[in-house]
Amino acid sequence: MPYRLLKYGLSSKHPDERMFTTPSELKKSYDAVIIGAGGHGLAAAYYLARDFGITDVAVLEKGYIGAGGTGRNTAIIRSNYLTPEGVKFYDESIRLFKDLSGEFDLNLFYSERGHFTLAHSDSAIRTMRWRAEVNKHLGVDSEYVEPEDVKVACPPIDLTCGGDAPIMGALYHPPGAIARHDAVAWGYGAGADERGVEIHQGTEVTGIDVKKGRVVGVRTSGGYVRTPKVLSAVAGWTPSIADMVGLRTPLTVRPLQACVTEPLKPFLDKIMVSGSLHVYVSQSSRGELVMGGSTDPYELNSMRSTLEFAEGLSGHMLDLFPSLSNVKILRVWAGLCDMTPDFAPIMGRTPVGGFYIDAGWGTWGFKATPVSGKTMAQTLATDREPELIHAFRLSRFEELELTGEKGAASVGH
Amino acid sequence: MKILTCPINGPRPIQEFLFGGEFREMPDPDAATDARWTDYVYNRDGAPGPRREWWYHLASGTWFIAERDTGTNDVKGTYLYTDEVEHG
Repeated sequence: MPYRLLKYGLSSKHPDERMFTTPSELKKSYDAVIIGAGGHGLAAAYYLARDFGITDVAVLEKGYIGAGGTGRNTAIIRSNYLTPEGVKFYDESIRLFKDLSGEFDLNLFYSERGHFTLAHSDSAIRTMRWRAEVNKHLGVDSEYVEPEDVKVACPPIDLTCGGDAPIMGALYHPPGAIARHDAVAWGYGAGADERGVEIHQGTEVTGIDVKKGRVVGVRTSGGYVRTPKVLSAVAGWTPSIADMVGLRTPLTVRPLQACVTEPLKPFLDKIMVSGSLHVYVSQSSRGELVMGGSTDPYELNSMRSTLEFAEGLSGHMLDLFPSLSNVKILRVWAGLCDMTPDFAPIMGRTPVGGFYIDAGWGTWGFKATPVSGKTMAQTLATDREPELIHAFRLSRFEELELTGEKGAASVGH
Repeated sequence: MKILTCPINGPRPIQEFLFGGEFREMPDPDAATDARWTDYVYNRDGAPGPRREWWYHLASGTWFIAERDTGTNDVKGTYLYTDEVEHG
């Protein structure tokens, strides 16, 4: 249990201390600058400080902590990927996730639910069996199950899906979990802040200066700072940041919309995903159904929501759970997805010296927060990528060595 | 954007269209270096702003060009592909 809460309850000092200190103005220079105070950027700052003693770091955020994809995803954590590189990477993330609540002394509501990916076609069954074998080979708890097993684990489901696309089997992943996504960013941020990292919210990066092929400084709305190292951890805004150093990337940006319903009595403890129906759903600890779909059908750098999404998603949800027909949707929102051609992230060094990239997080970024922070911190500190992220390097495209992860995406995009 | 104007069929609901990606000029495959070619195959202009794109009207099978701002979603115009589009 979080001892801080007990201490606070017994303390005579109220209100409690703030989670973050507010830094004064930007200094003239830093050992490293991290752009983006989302989960990934703050996790990198945290591990840089904790594991490498690098604390002269500024995290620059144009909005507020966790304003982007960090607080907009559907909070699902799993490691049943398709490629061995992906499985190892995300499994390490799950291992790190499990210790975080204790490490931060902050309850992340990490809740292991079990994750079903439903197959409605022969080709989907083939991919599920393939993933199950790759997963098992690498020690990840994952197996192919029959429709009857799905019904036992989740009684309200309609196995015929209204008759159009009956469930023919599923991939079951017992460690599949959900967690309170913004708290993950707060925990990393507070831990970094405590160790001396400065988090500057409301500070926009307007340019990056490169001399002789190396980063020398960052122009911001709060003034100019000199730095030899810049980490871009801005997901959907990556192309704009990459343009500042003249770097071309294979990223295209699309919104992905999600929604929650009014709170219901707990009836769904599993995470249910259907690729063919383009839906994934879990029930939060507050009882709301958290639901997401596929990315929007065309590129757009805007976080608006559309009626088409709510209509389409509701229709598919009712195919799976007809009993939800009178449930109201409370909120719809969108986040930006920086999609890569092979559905794997882009991490590590770039042709610009001192400019590091943590991007291509498309629809799979939240679950990678701890491991991406840890591996990017190591990359920044040692100027070398750990083996775990070698398959995700930017140069894989010109080397024609892609890491084909599309078969592990939750839904078709 | 709820309605897009097909150069052949006029204004139609957006559900009738398929997005075909950013319009890019293909380098000569025989003359291009490997670096230039992989740049063409993979890299894109992902930053928000005005650009030319391919769109497809499903009902009539029409491919055409739209000038759209990927930051604001405003469409400046749509027209059929011609040689001038390629070189102009």
